[in-house]
Order: sequence, then C-alpha cells, then structure tokens
Amino acid sequence: MNRLIDRRKFIQHGGALLAAGSLPLSLVEMAFGEGDARNFSFAFISDSHITHVKGGAFVRNWDRGLIRAVAETNLLDPEPDFVFYGGDIAQLGKPEEIDHGLEILSGLRVKTHYVMGEHDYYLDLGDYWRKELGPDHYSFDHKGVHFAVLNSILTYENWMHGKWNTGMERMRQMARLDNPEGQPFMVGEAQRAWLEADLAEVSRDTPIVVFSHSPLQKIYKGWNFWTEDAEQLQALLQPFDKVTVLYGHVHQIQYNQIGNISFHSAMATAWPWPYPATYRQAPTYLPKLTVEMNRADPFFERDATGWQFINLHTGNVDVHYLLPGNSNRVVAFDARAGQPLDTRYQLAANRIPAQTHY
Amino acid sequence: MNRHLSPAVVAGLIAVRVVGAAPMGLPPVPIPPDNPQSEAKIRLGDSLFHDTRFSADGKVSCATCHRRAKGFTDHLPVSKGFNGLTGTRNAPTVVNSAYMKSLFWDGREPDLEGQSKQPSVNPVEGGLKDHRPILEVVRGDTRYTKAFKDVFGVGPDGIGMDHVAKAIASFERTLVAGESPFDRYRYGGERNAMNAAQIRGLAVFLGKGRCISCHVIEQTQALFTDNRFHNIGVGFKRIRGKEHEIAARWVKSKRAGAEVDKAVLTGVELSELGRFAVTANLTEVGAFKTPTLRNIAVTRPYMHDGSLETLEDVVDFYNNGGRERETDPLSGFQSGGIRPLDLTDREKQDLVSFMKALTSPEFQALASNQPEQTP
Repeated sequence: MNRLIDRRKFIQHGGALLAAGSLPLSLVEMAFGEGDARNFSFAFISDSHITHVKGGAFVRNWDRGLIRAVAETNLLDPEPDFVFYGGDIAQLGKPEEIDHGLEILSGLRVKTHYVMGEHDYYLDLGDYWRKELGPDHYSFDHKGVHFAVLNSILTYENWMHGKWNTGMERMRQMARLDNPEGQPFMVGEAQRAWLEADLAEVSRDTPIVVFSHSPLQKIYKGWNFWTEDAEQLQALLQPFDKVTVLYGHVHQIQYNQIGNISFHSAMATAWPWPYPATYRQAPTYLPKLTVEMNRADPFFERDATGWQFINLHTGNVDVHYLLPGNSNRVVAFDARAGQPLDTRYQLAANRIPAQTHY
Repeated sequence: MNRHLSPAVVAGLIAVRVVGAAPMGLPPVPIPPDNPQSEAKIRLGDSLFHDTRFSADGKVSCATCHRRAKGFTDHLPVSKGFNGLTGTRNAPTVVNSAYMKSLFWDGREPDLEGQSKQPSVNPVEGGLKDHRPILEVVRGDTRYTKAFKDVFGVGPDGIGMDHVAKAIASFERTLVAGESPFDRYRYGGERNAMNAAQIRGLAVFLGKGRCISCHVIEQTQALFTDNRFHNIGVGFKRIRGKEHEIAARWVKSKRAGAEVDKAVLTGVELSELGRFAVTANLTEVGAFKTPTLRNIAVTRPYMHDGSLETLEDVVDFYNNGGRERETDPLSGFQSGGIRPLDLTDREKQDLVSFMKALTSPEFQALASNQPEQTP
C-alpha cells in the first residue's frame, strides 16, 4: 500500500502487541517448559533520586517518575514474584527523602528487596537506610536460583570515616561527577569474604543473580561507573555456570558478558545519562554496546527514563525495559552467542536512528 | 446524491479545495499518493459522509455525530448512534483531522481511510454486522455507480470499501480551517486581530499555563497538537483501584480476538485505559491523543469522555493539576507534565478568551455567545 503511513509498521508499533516485549503474558521460549515453576519474573526499579525541597515539598519530576513505575509495575500480569529496588532512593540520603521514596514504593503489591546506593549511604554511612530496610548485604534462594545483594558503593575506609565537618559535605563530594577528589566505589574485603562464604554453600550449577548498585565492572572512572575490586569479585563468581549481575547507577541501558557472567543495567526512573564516551576526558572501558541510546527529548519529562521487568528462565535473564514515549526494548541472553543481545536492534538493518522529533 | 450543498457551504469548501492553498496558520494538507484529490471524489465523499443508509436503522451517517452545524461534532458528551445507543467517547471534530498522524482518541487507525470504516460496524454507532449493506447501497444506487465509475474507473460490482473510504477521506481533507483571529494576529501580522485579553491569554498559553507543551504552535503554522498520547487525569476516578483488574481482563479478551473499536466504545471502564487498549504497552495506560484546539469554542464538550462542559471547566481542571477538584487524588499513570498551575482568576479568564480566538471564520456563526470576539 502506498500510503503516507505504512500500515504494517503502524500496527507493529501501535497495534496489537502481546509479544514478550510489552507484557509478559506469553513469555519467551523456556527450556524448562511452560508452566514450570522454575520460570519466574520480577520487576526491577532503580534510581529514583527523591529530592527534598523544603517542608513537605519534593522535586515533582522525580516523584512522578517513581510513582509511575510503581503504578505500571502493579499492572504486570502475571504478577511478578517480587520487586528489586536497585539503589539511590534518595538524592542526598536525607531521612525525609528515604521516607518519601519508601512511602511511594509501599504502593507495590508484592514484596520488595532493596539495594544500597551511594546517594542513600554517604550522608550517614547508611545508618538510616539500614534502620528502615535492614542489612545492606544479604542473600536468599528462590525457585532454585541464588540471589545475593551487595553494597558495592563503599570506598576507602579513611575517606569514609575521615574528618568531615558534616555528613552532607561527604555526601556532596560523593555525588559529584568528574570529581578530581573522587573516590572509587568498591565492595571491600569484608563483603568479599562474606560473599565467598555465602557462595561456598551453593552448587556450581545453581543459577546466581547478584544485585549491586555500581556495575561490578570497570567502565568509566570519572562518573564512578566503576567497582575498584571488580576483578576479585568476578573471580568469586567465576566457578559457577550461570551468573547474572544486575546493577543500577548508570541511568542507561548497558549489557556485557565477561566469561560466565552476564551484566545488565537498570534505567533510572529519575533522569537519563548519555554514554560517558561523549564526555570522557580519559580512556574508558565501555562494554560492547550495539546501539546508541536515543538522546533524551528535553520537552518530555520522562524521556530516556524507565523501569524493567526480568524473566528468569533456564537460569539466564531477559531484561524487558519499559521506556515511556519510546519503543520498549528487550536484552535477552542468547544461548548460541553465549551473551546478552538486544533482541531488536543487533542488526544494522534493524537499527532505528536517534530520535529527532523535538 | 441525497443532499444538496447550500451556497454558503460551497463557498466555504471551494476556498480550500484547491490543493496547495492551505489556510492561514496551517501547513499544506498531507495527501497520500494513492488517494489524490479531485472535485468528483470530494463530492462523492460528501454524499457518502451524509448517507444514513449506512447504518442498521437507516438513521445514522457520519454526519450524525459530525455535523457541520455543530462544528463537525455533536455537542454531546458521548455520541449517540444506532437506536439511540450511547458509546463511551466524545466525537472529535473532523475539521483539521487531515493533519492527524493517527485517528480516534486512542490512535487505533493510522489514517482517515482506516477511520471511516469502523463506525458503521460498531454496535453503538452504525450498528451494522459488516460492511455488506453499505456495498449493496453503493452498488445499487445509479447515482453512486456513476460517480464511482467516474472517480475510480470501477463498475458497480468492483466497488469496494476501500473506494468508499478513499472518497470519504478525500472529502474530509477539504475540511480544514485556519485563519482564526489568532492566525491573523500571529501569522498575518494584524496586531488588532486579537483583543487585549486574548493577547494576555496567548502569553499564559505559552508560559505559565504550559499548554504549549502539547498543544503545539510553530513558527509558520499551528496544529495545536503534538499528535502524541498523554494521560492528563481525565476519567481516572472511574477506574481508580481497578486498573489491574481491567487491564488483565482486557489483555485476556484481546488474546481471544476481541476488537479494540467495539470493546472500547461499549465498555466504559475499558475505555479509560486509552492507548493501552491498542498497544498493550504499560507506559501508555490511560493515555489519549492530544486533540487540536482549533475551533475549540464551538466543539464542546471536552475530553475523551466529554466530561468537561465548558472551557472554564477545562482551565480549572488543568489549573488543579489534572483533576476536577484540588483535593481529588492523582492517578499514578498521569503525565508528570501536568501539575498545579497557580493561575490567577484573570489569567484563567484570559486563557479562555484566547481559546475563543481560535475559531475560524466559517464557524464564527456558531460561536454566538462570545463578546470578546473581534468582528
């Protein structure tokens, strides 16, 4: 049909879509077979950066981003087994911000597990967060999968406990990008020892999912897309057949495969970040990426933000990104390639150009 | 043909039928390559648009809900079709719909050709089971068969719904109207085309009112729509707390083959899911297409469910942050661009005055209670 708008393309983007990309009603093919209890899904929301203005007022845009993610998550059908929150509830770690964020998150219909972010931590070294949410590193088993959660945004002891006039001064230092006084994130010796002991009980064919805020890789030091002891951590995970690391902090879609470990990032509900390659002043180690993220539309307050839900089947993950005003994307583990691949955009012929509608 | 065009109507139409002569304030009408305009096709489309035989009781045509004398809408909150049955959605005006990138409040059709095929077979609109009665009429009426032969070169048995749809779309593409007082002020350089209140209202529209975010005005033309879908909070009360249940039920129906058009117009709760009912995309729950504001003063009532009666009600709704009362709860799905505006009473009145300046000359007669309109 020689129309102004190709009807077939119109239907694909706007028409009847019940593919795994939009709702998990017909999940991707599963080696365990349909209905197998080992297949499950969970939601993953991250980086809301709730910011207190004064009194009872908070930055509206970031409130709305989190509220929306919660409302949409509650529509997932079938219901997810639980929700993970990837870190940075608050912007400056203030109790008001953590409380306000947790109040919004309390709207979730299923149990939520929390990961510590640096913006939650550096005001008071995590005291209020732990008081509200419990330990910042822990593990549990679910349907044959071992989940381990780390606090990966610590840094050198003498800096954390150094002489600061106020906790806020320390928080603001850590919040700064391209900080010449910057301190790299790390998991640290104590947690590495904890993880090693924790994993000693786990058989090598048990699928493992690790949650951390920072990437557990070394990507770009200037913005702390970095974990200083990444290699040691990866070594602890190396003996296992299937390992996935899910992290927040970077506010963009990233995925990588290092040996047996798949890495996936979360989108932020608050604001997007471009690839640091466009801003770098020093060499970087970017993961292999197939497609440039569209530049955010400055006139759409939710552009380039989002949340994700994850299907866990065969021990590997598919991450479904829900991106408002954009095409939703799926980064799925490809068994033949042995790594995560973007299901729509890995071929040059299928790439969409960056948005120019503004 | 079962209708004569009055001289006034003809005069109004002729001005814009010439391809390329877009009204002031509007871009050229997009014409698809496979449906070029012609006088004969437009006249045929006009007849089809007004033919009530294309309905189960012989009383409903496109013009029933899209009546020229009512700004090509029907001035009802939700439209009434076959047997007086009501649907769930307000009839959008056909005027300037030629510029839309998708049709219907939820954008379920990509073009005018696709749009016109749906209402006749919707149980609360035309009430037909399928399009066959329409084809029987056009194939059996010699005035139609002559026109279809003339326009499409097809014999009676060759007339199909695509031909009918193309002719109707062709007629609708002539229903464009600009040259409002706003257009003359902004694009025509006439400083006196708008009065002081309207000029202040334009400033609110572009600034504190935030209207410009979605109701677009550009350098050389103004469509007053971004052609996108937004949840601004209308109708939310109806499904609050039940979103999950309604969404889950709908997806189940859809997998079983339910059609969006029939379902949303017969299900008042489902209708509130908006664009989600079309795309099943969780990020579009309760989102509806931004309509144009051209001729808004004569196309009441407002919003997808016709729930806001007057322009004053609309301004209050937005001023309260996307709710009828300041104390109403907000939907979690509401666009973050909607927020309390803190407009003063004068700013609110000025905004309403400005919107009344968007009425085109051919519809001016319908806007009788408007003391602010400059002659």
